[in-house]
Amino acid sequence: MTNITDFFNMGGYALYVWGSFGMTAIMMIAEPILLRSRRKAVLRRVARMIRMNTEGKQ
Amino acid sequence: MSNRLFNWFKFSSPATFYPLAGRISPWAAWIAVILIGIGLYLSFFVAPTDYKQGEGYRIIFIHVPAAWMSMFIYLVMAFWSILGLMFNTRVSAMMTQALAPTGAMFTFLALWTGAFWGKPMWGAWWVWDARLTSELILLFLYIGYIALHSSIDDNRRADRAGAILVLVGVINIPIIYYSVEWWNTLHQGSSVNFKQGSSMTMIMLWTMLIMALGFWAYSIATAMSRVRSIMLERERDTNWVSKLPELKSPNT
Repeated sequence: MTNITDFFNMGGYALYVWGSFGMTAIMMIAEPILLRSRRKAVLRRVARMIRMNTEGKQ
Repeated sequence: MSNRLFNWFKFSSPATFYPLAGRISPWAAWIAVILIGIGLYLSFFVAPTDYKQGEGYRIIFIHVPAAWMSMFIYLVMAFWSILGLMFNTRVSAMMTQALAPTGAMFTFLALWTGAFWGKPMWGAWWVWDARLTSELILLFLYIGYIALHSSIDDNRRADRAGAILVLVGVINIPIIYYSVEWWNTLHQGSSVNFKQGSSMTMIMLWTMLIMALGFWAYSIATAMSRVRSIMLERERDTNWVSKLPELKSPNT
């Protein structure tokens, strides 16, 4: 591969190579982001529940 | 049990598994980033152009590892399901639950990258060939497990039903694996073969193996992270959860 244009052109297979690698990148970046936001939401919800329970007992 | 021996059953309790998962997850994530980084570099800058498929063959470096992971994660889920049914441990069911979305994602990626490889090489995005069809069934098994588990309110019953579904579906794994030998498929036979060695050059094989190890580490990182959220939700009424430091800070 001599230059950047050649690299992105992938010998005429650009759509297929970048379509594959692109979708893989999207999925494997999105999943950890979703996991992080899920953890934050769960922590918030459980913390609120525990707070309500301890307040209820007092 | 003697306390000199490492006690594996200690980790069958969520209270001890939760902090362990929290320590494993970031390590696995870093290993994944490094290995996939090296794998991508090798995929595009080191591995030579294929004499038959040109640059198009480079899809192999994610297609094959994704397909391996799709099958392997299912086998791990089956392993946890057996443990869960035998010992009735909560952690086993939680691990099965944590692995399913990542397994489904890799199955989807195997099918997607396969379509994007099939189109230029075979002239079709999809064919009803034994390999492709059995892989599609695997995707439905993952989705079916997730749907079944979330449709049953009682967690313990959901765990049992899910475990049985996973174990019934495990028959599909050897079908996927051997489909290219048992049937006359359009899909090519495996490029890596334990009996005859590999039909690829060494650098192509190494690239694929490094990428596969990276996907492995990625799966461990995501499953360990997800299982922590599942544990918090399912164990929220227990004493060990209420004592966790991350739930103590006032602004959460």
